[in-house]
Amino acid sequence: MKPDDFDLVCRLVKDRSGLILTRDKAYLLESRLMPVARRRGMKGLDELVGAIRGKGDEALLREVTEAMTTNESFFFRDIKPFEVFRQTILPRLISAREGKRTFRIWCAACSSGQEPYSLAMILKEEAARLSGWRQEILGTDISTEILAKAKAGAYSQFEVQRGLPIQLLLKYFKKKDDVWQIDPALKSMVQYREFNLLHDLKALGQFEVVYCRNVLIYFDQPTKSRVLEQISRLLQPDGVLFLGGAETVLGISDKFKPVPTQRGVYCLAGATQSLAG
Amino acid sequence: MKSCLIVDDSKVVRMVARKILHELNFETLEAADGSAALDICKKQIPDAVLLDWNMPVMDGIEFLRALRKLPGGSASIVVFCTTENDIDHIQTAIEAGANEYIMKPFDSEIIQAKFQQVGLL
Repeated sequence: MKPDDFDLVCRLVKDRSGLILTRDKAYLLESRLMPVARRRGMKGLDELVGAIRGKGDEALLREVTEAMTTNESFFFRDIKPFEVFRQTILPRLISAREGKRTFRIWCAACSSGQEPYSLAMILKEEAARLSGWRQEILGTDISTEILAKAKAGAYSQFEVQRGLPIQLLLKYFKKKDDVWQIDPALKSMVQYREFNLLHDLKALGQFEVVYCRNVLIYFDQPTKSRVLEQISRLLQPDGVLFLGGAETVLGISDKFKPVPTQRGVYCLAGATQSLAG
Repeated sequence: MKSCLIVDDSKVVRMVARKILHELNFETLEAADGSAALDICKKQIPDAVLLDWNMPVMDGIEFLRALRKLPGGSASIVVFCTTENDIDHIQTAIEAGANEYIMKPFDSEIIQAKFQQVGLL
């Protein structure tokens, strides 16, 4: 791809999703955009870039942006953030919200749904303690295509083996041909919504727990800072934020502080107490 | 260093599993069927067993049931690794005392994830 064309696509993807593509990712750009060109009956990337330059085709611009998003996800990814939720956050949540008996969890950039479904399984396992509670898990992503997969709740053998304990597979999935289909009751616990993290997040409401893991790594510093600022506004005063293992707020945002001894867990900078302790 | 007994009648599968487990810092032992694996366990109970289902002489399930009856045999963490990928087989394995279950084909990521889940890593 010509340098000018590369820059054009990078700008488009950055403006629309915040994703930063560096020159060393040129191969990724070509391998992901070729299928888009083919689907549209174009001869190659030159024709695709020409159409992008035309700017008239909103669906195409969207398709190109979605094609560049990374949809790597698996059940109980890294284990620890889910153990922290089950062992520390959830008991505190139950005690702190005993009066209202309601809480909300947001999985930002939830990809194909493994993260929200992992949390739904944890809540289902604790159903006895949560009887009569209103629990909401919201999964959002910029990609409509990946959200369709999340909503379908159908996973390959390879996908269910990445992180999902076998007992939970037996309990919450049914196998049909080569596909493992998630239990409808579990599926109904998660709401999905298409959402761009660069837009105003206010419409999503307030949350007790936010998972925004392995998302910020794809953004530049000002975008990271802006997204964290927005998340801080929709977190309840005692709420917690989970970031990915390679992510931090240090030097990026003063709205959060790390929770001591809980790597990757953050609470609001001004919080005197949080659900993480 | 933890030990893992690889039980599979396929030389190739044993070789692939051995490579992966060495990378995960395991000491490995190998057996081509359940009976040979049981002989090894009678001398030394491994920390983990990566176990195939269909094998000559003694299959994986029979081996697992026998292992669990050996002194100290309940401490070993058994991860099935088989082409049997239906719910009935998985259920049978769990009831026989398997700790985890891998459906072939597998790769290093799956082995690592499963071993992590059962506390071996």
